[in-house]
Amino acid sequence: MKLINRRNALKIGGAAAALPLIGIPAFAQKEKVKAAFVLIGTPDDNGWNYGHDLGRIEMIEALGADRVETTVVTNVAYGPDSERVFRELAQQGHDIIFGASFGYGDAMLKVAKQFPDVKFEWATGYKTAPNLSTYNARFHEGRSVLGTISGMMSKTGIGAYIGSFPIPEVVMGINAFHLAARKANPDFITKVVYVDSWFDPAKEADAARALIDQGVDVITQHTDGPAALQVAEERGIIGGFGQGADMSAFAPDAHLTSIIDIWSPYYIKAVKSVLDGNWKEGTSWEGIAGGEVVIGPYNKKIPADVVAAAEAVRLGIIDGSYHPFTGPITDNKGELRVEKGDIIDDGEFWAVDWYAEGVEA
Amino acid sequence: MSIDLTIAIIITMVGASTPLLLAALGELVVEKSGVLNLGVEGMMLTGAVVGFAVTYTTGNPWLGILAAGFAGACVSMIFAFLTLSLFANQVATGLALTIFGAGFSALFGQAFTGKPIKLFKSIFPDYLTDHPILRVFFDHSPLVYFSLFMVFAVSYFLYKTRAGLVLRAVGENDHSAHSIGYSVIKVRYGAVGFGGMMAGIGGACFPLLLTPQWVEGLTGGRGWIALALVVFSAWKPTRLLAGAYLFGLIATMEVYAKAAGGGFRIIPSELWASLPYLATILVLVLISLRHKMSSSAPACLGKPFIPSN
Repeated sequence: MKLINRRNALKIGGAAAALPLIGIPAFAQKEKVKAAFVLIGTPDDNGWNYGHDLGRIEMIEALGADRVETTVVTNVAYGPDSERVFRELAQQGHDIIFGASFGYGDAMLKVAKQFPDVKFEWATGYKTAPNLSTYNARFHEGRSVLGTISGMMSKTGIGAYIGSFPIPEVVMGINAFHLAARKANPDFITKVVYVDSWFDPAKEADAARALIDQGVDVITQHTDGPAALQVAEERGIIGGFGQGADMSAFAPDAHLTSIIDIWSPYYIKAVKSVLDGNWKEGTSWEGIAGGEVVIGPYNKKIPADVVAAAEAVRLGIIDGSYHPFTGPITDNKGELRVEKGDIIDDGEFWAVDWYAEGVEA
Repeated sequence: MSIDLTIAIIITMVGASTPLLLAALGELVVEKSGVLNLGVEGMMLTGAVVGFAVTYTTGNPWLGILAAGFAGACVSMIFAFLTLSLFANQVATGLALTIFGAGFSALFGQAFTGKPIKLFKSIFPDYLTDHPILRVFFDHSPLVYFSLFMVFAVSYFLYKTRAGLVLRAVGENDHSAHSIGYSVIKVRYGAVGFGGMMAGIGGACFPLLLTPQWVEGLTGGRGWIALALVVFSAWKPTRLLAGAYLFGLIATMEVYAKAAGGGFRIIPSELWASLPYLATILVLVLISLRHKMSSSAPACLGKPFIPSN
């Protein structure tokens, strides 16, 4: 028999009073979900944030505007600002909140604890909680395709990688790019420049100029925008790649291909699970095989044998015959990091803090 | 370091310095008249988006620059009206102007994101811009020559003309200037408008000179560096030229050193990025040590002028 004291009675009474308001019993399906998206920039950056917003729009189309209502907050800075935004969104009754940047982690973990009934989703995150999942894409798989093209097409044998910050994801993107390029050209060098910002187009453009002035003829970037590609076009080097979205409008000649982020499959799955009442904590990390990372159209100027080699890598990643990090891999200080026949698996991936031989970073 | 690379670095450095130089020159004149307008970043963003929009629509960068200067001057008039006619606090109004400019440019620019334009490049013939040595003088955008011309124009105006003397008098002692019959408010309106125009053109350098696109927040906080430069230069146009090119050189050397690799890697990238700010602090300390600080800043800087008739 249950002991009913005053506190329990209040709880039960409160719950009973709340039930008619909600109109549905717990654990059952929801009529409509309120989803929020917190972005580090704006959807019109033609890159990272654009990709997330497109995923949101396609998610609404797939689930129906009568089943899901979305809020988008743009230009949210890391730190206390983001914490305030996440808290406000939770207070406004959002059922699920997506934080679409690596730097939101601390704020999300903190707010998630305070709102156990709200589901949180941290893009490119590395830590989960009972109501916080992480989702990511294997961008480095796309980098292997770009590296293959670069290794085969570069005349100077020097490629560049303009990075934002040296976080594991960026480091592994560089390694995947470089290792694939070295398969085609064993002397390939990758020069890395970090601009210390996710968004400073003028600095990205100057970084591209600096790299091209020092012999680089293929550029790839891990920042959100077409600035480096436009410099590649202006200088008439062999080319560069779109990041996050197809950017060929900015550089019709230099744009070789692009890595396109497709977030809609994940957004549909996550919001649907809230609608169905079966959302679970988890980590999602799909890549080319799962359809989250797509290689855009190839520029017509790429020779057929290069396209064939790039496609072979792409298909090899899908069927598992090609792994971006297959040993032997020596780092750029001469230490053997991965034995022959071995690979860097998903668990080891996030701990890599070295660059492969031939990377100048 | 080879000659080719040195020249390439100089050309990139000049490009990076030009928006700073233009915006800071305008602000220098504003501050010389005794007004502190912290809204440089907002006016630059306005100029950047309007410059882009007009260049994109008409295909004519000259019109884009004119429109950017006009738009910068227009938004600066909001600031002038609030602070000069209504005596609002200049610091607060300037900050509000920055926020306004950021919001306005984002809203107005929505239709123009994802659209490319062409850079406004050198108008000299190819044999000069492609020449391995001479390109250091000729391979620049017309905006660069305009900014250099403006350094000497502003310098001449301030120190060699009667109007410049009046402007400085208004900044040094507004009540004396008023008592001998000069309109302090009119002079300041003019100075603020000039500052707005220069900030607008400085902003237009981003899409026309550096990265031919429009995206929200394109200027990346360089309006604040322009403000620091005015203090750095101790309110002297020629020293401002040196300061802007020094800041540009530091920013350019950062990326070239990172791209070069090797020994340059010893300097951590965070230190590179903070060098312009450290340099400003250092110069401020040096100026203070020489007890010249009080004499170099305009005496009425930031003080509202309320006519006492």
